[in-house]
Amino acid sequence: MSDMRARFYAELDPVLDAQPDAVVVLAVIGAEGAAPAAARHPGRVIDVGIREQALVGVAGGLALAGLRPIVHTYAPFLVERAYEQLKLDLGHQDVGALLVSTGASYDASTAGRTHQAPADVALVSALPGWEVHVPGHEDELAGIVRREAATTRRVYVRMSALQNDRAYPVDGRLHLVRDAAGDAPLVVAVGPLLGPALEAARDLPVRVAYTATPHPLDTAGLRDLAGGTPVLAVVEPYLEGTSAAQVSAALADRPSRVHHVGVPRDAELRRYGTPRDHAAAHGLDAAGIRRRVKGLLG
Amino acid sequence: MTTTVPPQILDLVSRVTGDEKHDPSAHSTLDVLWVLYDQVLDVAPDRVDDPDRDRFLLSKGHGPASTYAVLAARGFFPVEWLDDVASWDSRLGHHPDRTLVPGVEIGSGSLGHGLPIAVGTALGLRARGSSARVVVLVGDAELDEGSNAEAIVVAARFGLGNLTCVVVDNDSDPLGWPGGIGARFAVEGWATAEARTSDHAALRDALLRTERDRPTVVVADASRRATGVAA
Repeated sequence: MSDMRARFYAELDPVLDAQPDAVVVLAVIGAEGAAPAAARHPGRVIDVGIREQALVGVAGGLALAGLRPIVHTYAPFLVERAYEQLKLDLGHQDVGALLVSTGASYDASTAGRTHQAPADVALVSALPGWEVHVPGHEDELAGIVRREAATTRRVYVRMSALQNDRAYPVDGRLHLVRDAAGDAPLVVAVGPLLGPALEAARDLPVRVAYTATPHPLDTAGLRDLAGGTPVLAVVEPYLEGTSAAQVSAALADRPSRVHHVGVPRDAELRRYGTPRDHAAAHGLDAAGIRRRVKGLLG
Repeated sequence: MTTTVPPQILDLVSRVTGDEKHDPSAHSTLDVLWVLYDQVLDVAPDRVDDPDRDRFLLSKGHGPASTYAVLAARGFFPVEWLDDVASWDSRLGHHPDRTLVPGVEIGSGSLGHGLPIAVGTALGLRARGSSARVVVLVGDAELDEGSNAEAIVVAARFGLGNLTCVVVDNDSDPLGWPGGIGARFAVEGWATAEARTSDHAALRDALLRTERDRPTVVVADASRRATGVAA
């Protein structure tokens, strides 16, 4: 298993081969990784310099000219710095782009708050017409990028440093990964938190389901798995409660108890260290998730 | 071809604004719009989806009465649409929406979005081998937005000869541009031209002139000084 980011750069060359309308747009970050694809496809990897407003604005203009922009940089610069461009230069113009971010939540743990954007999924999914994918494995990433490079949709793909042991289908569905009694509490794990969630649940009477697509959430699948009186935990590697509105709407017709587990939104963690340190501080390592899941039992 | 904005166009503008008198200073973009659609752009109502049409992007989405009047006059949509702008049933708002109005290339209103989008469209047209042009109109105060500074550099470095930026200068920027607006573009390598909005022949010449390997800025002087309107 390689680094998800390295895999993304490796995919660019075959994607540009397969999709004649695809164009990669960068703001310096990723230029080195994309260099082989740029050499093989002159003019189809556009680096605008450290200019994120232009990054997304240019992508919108390319889409208006009928091309398929693949836009890549660090999550905070792609989503937060250029948020109005996502809203207006893509959404309001009714055109699409494939955005692929690196630096998920606290992956850049040593870089500090400037390079962290745990609210990215909440922000993107607050805009109309976006799909958000959080692959938990490099093969999932490759599948999503290949597929979405061929569409005209508005798609946000969030790459992570942490990966699961194996890939699951990237069909937008919830997949039951660990079964238990039919009425046992359900843990819904998103993207790279499946591994820690499975470890957390190892000897607990709970079921574990997985998705790489939190938005739109597979609400039909959730209703099927959750049953008539749902007891569940939604474990997401970004801002806590990001999927709460979708989950609550899906279960509005039945009495339910739901714990939302994610990056806490009430305080900025002013520490460095490793992503593992940050996961533990946020309660997103196996031990922390286990504490929250146990709260569903009894 | 005309040398001034024809009275019937001014009447159409009045249908939008409700103003009976024709005050040229109230419509600083009208001269540019009229010259573009009358003499410069290769686009027509039956070609709004033609990939090789010329594109006009109104970045300064405020006060789109001139744009609506000119598009209606050229047959992009019925002139009756001008009579109830911004009503519930109207497709024409105080800021234009490209998905609602035939011939409108971008939805705009928030300042500083048109030029970066125009750069992307010019890159895209060039990549597709199209000879179509992109003309984007910004205001002198709109240039305050830093996104324009980003786009000015990118357009020049990528040698976008198919891009023209028209800056309508009506002296509305509060802090001013010492050395002139054109200098901001020239230092990055753009070709520059200036014309008074009241001089349609000069405007036409400036808007028709392009260079193969670099973008062009046309600073259109719509100040009271240039248009002869008393302050």
